[in-house]
Amino acid sequence: MAPAKSGANGRVEVRKTYKLFIGGEFVRSESGRAYRFDGNVNVPRGSRKDLRDAVRGARGAAAGWAARTAMNRGQILYRAAEMLDGRRAQFIELLGSGRGAHKEVDDAVEAFVWYAGWTDKLAQVIGGTNPVAGPYFNFTIPEPTGVVGVVAPEEPALVGLVRRVAPALCGGNALVVLAPEVNPLPALTLAEVLATSDLPAGVVNVISGFRKELLPWLASHMDVNAIDVAGCTADEVTEIEKAAADNVKRVVKHAPGEMSPYLITAFMEMKTVWHPVGV
Amino acid sequence: MAAIVKRQPTDLAKQIFEYAPAPESIDHVKIEPRYGLFIGGKMVAAHSKKRFPTINPATEQKLSEVVEADEVDVDRAVKAADKAFESWSAMAPSRRARYIFRISRILQERARELAVVETMDGGKPIKESRDVDIPLAAAHFFYYAGWADKLEWAFPNRKPRPLGVAGQVIPWNFPLLMLAWKIAPALAAGNTVVLKPAETTPLSALLFADICMQAELPPGVVNIVTGGGKTGSVVVTHPGVKKVAFTGSTEVGKLIQRSLAGTGKRLTLELGGKAANIVFDDAPLDAAVEGIVNGIYFNQGHVCCAGSRLLVQESIAEPLLEKLKLRLGTLRLGDPLDKNTDIGAINSKAQLEKIEELVESGVEEGAEIFQPECKLPERGYWFPPTLFTNVSQSYRIAREEIFGPVLSVLTFRTPAEAVEKANNTPYGLSAGVWTDKGSRILWMAERMRAGVVWANTFNRFDPTSPFGGYKESGFGREGGRHGLLPYLELV
Repeated sequence: MAPAKSGANGRVEVRKTYKLFIGGEFVRSESGRAYRFDGNVNVPRGSRKDLRDAVRGARGAAAGWAARTAMNRGQILYRAAEMLDGRRAQFIELLGSGRGAHKEVDDAVEAFVWYAGWTDKLAQVIGGTNPVAGPYFNFTIPEPTGVVGVVAPEEPALVGLVRRVAPALCGGNALVVLAPEVNPLPALTLAEVLATSDLPAGVVNVISGFRKELLPWLASHMDVNAIDVAGCTADEVTEIEKAAADNVKRVVKHAPGEMSPYLITAFMEMKTVWHPVGV
Repeated sequence: MAAIVKRQPTDLAKQIFEYAPAPESIDHVKIEPRYGLFIGGKMVAAHSKKRFPTINPATEQKLSEVVEADEVDVDRAVKAADKAFESWSAMAPSRRARYIFRISRILQERARELAVVETMDGGKPIKESRDVDIPLAAAHFFYYAGWADKLEWAFPNRKPRPLGVAGQVIPWNFPLLMLAWKIAPALAAGNTVVLKPAETTPLSALLFADICMQAELPPGVVNIVTGGGKTGSVVVTHPGVKKVAFTGSTEVGKLIQRSLAGTGKRLTLELGGKAANIVFDDAPLDAAVEGIVNGIYFNQGHVCCAGSRLLVQESIAEPLLEKLKLRLGTLRLGDPLDKNTDIGAINSKAQLEKIEELVESGVEEGAEIFQPECKLPERGYWFPPTLFTNVSQSYRIAREEIFGPVLSVLTFRTPAEAVEKANNTPYGLSAGVWTDKGSRILWMAERMRAGVVWANTFNRFDPTSPFGGYKESGFGREGGRHGLLPYLELV
């Protein structure tokens, strides 16, 4: 299924160098390493340092992204749907060209569109004013948790990831995505979609490499506020949950494939504000 | 007037605020010499032979003796809760609501008794247990009672289901109120509970056991096991416990989070804080001073959301501190049962030592200490209201939760600097902002990385108002519709 094979007409195709996506830039691993997962394609084998750079990129972008208006975030998520739709053919090929591949790309586009529409509705559904027993105006609003690690599932490689990334972005978080060790190309290619969707640099970072070299550091990183374990085995989840306690990380476990506003709030904090009422 | 002005602040305080003793009577309160455990709807003898005294921190006198519950005791409690879960979760929700309403009413009816016990066991001023802890606890049960038969309306497009047995561990700073925060939403959602009160303040929970019996709550729906950290650890790790709720220190919270890894248990944590209370130059100073005092000296500073870091705009630091120091001189420290007491006893000897140690570190690191002239009673655990100026952000007193009546004062020049300093902490429980400018309040409120922001007020609580932390102050909310979520599975 590797793309960019030489054509029958003798044309020598221009192959793509797959890269990590860190702080809005496509870069090779600082370690200079790569691994081949499927025959001829070299995939960057990201290092612990790459991961730390990605977290720093995400932290740097987090406040600005959170401060965007809900409408603006919705527009950008919708733009991601447009960009993904424009690359349908590429993703279908990456996903094996079967009927399932067509549906998967459709579903991924739909996920971006659906969550694009949630950005400016969530606070009304989830937050509100609280009728406290005293002369105070009191309201609760959802706010982004901050920097979120997302362990992308191997299957379905595209829609499985989009359904984790879209709600976390919808809530205003900045992300560090670990591409699956096997079949990382859809995740790395999705970075190209996000890079052209007006998403500010650093809001999404994508790292490929060996799970055992990256996951423990993502799970224990003191500047990561939450981690989505969609792509993890039960044993990995246990290890993540142990490491997460170092900084009281939120560990988010949701059924794969689920689409719901409760997935957005899983990456959000509720803030309650009080003010006296008086003359 | 002129004669008064010449006096020192504390003399002034004495002259204006001399009060005759006004102790609350304790004759209507009956504390048993020994308590068992509340399991399966009645007080039972424990398997554990270990007992420990609970003492009045204001007098160092033993009030009673309670059990240090062991594995067998906790197992019995969890089994009783598990058995009760079947019928309690299947009961018509409106019937469940009736029991919780009953509990709320009985708390109101027995308010004075509860307030006195709370003050004797924990050292907090009677006016606080009487006016804050007990009424809020009753209100909390009343609020969640009403939710019990309305859960279908709480979470759009989902069917809520209870989780099972909730294991709950609570702190000593607001014993009955924290019990209410834990038990009321758990019961309303259809769960049953095993609750462990704090080691130093078990008595109001044991009184609550009596209230459950008086309310004829079905046996096993609420179980109360006493003990220390070890008992707590047995409760949260028991395999029959499906949901764990903990309020306490960040240190212990992390231990619990780690110990539950891989168990699939649901967890909520309400942990420590180091809240910034930010005063801008346009704030009404007298109101701000009251807010600062309420923020850090309320309940001897034994408050996780206490405003323990005062950030004051440089231009008003001098007049504000002058007013604040004057006000500290008027705080009355002493017998917690006296209705005029502002600052009661420190909850325990261990806590007093921790406060003393941190205060010492503040002096050593170079901060300037201020304590009003304050006569401490001879017996009991006491610490005068304390204020540090010349504090650097790196000092321990600016970083660590002291959990005592100790305020660290820092200054700032611009709103951006205030935000930077306020958020410069791994905690994120609460924050305070004092300013007359509406747009600035909202701008600041947006930027505080904290679960509760009090603007032109501080330390307000209400059952309808969600409470809980960002970052290392924990996760999950207590209070309001949001407080139901930790006790439900949404199908």
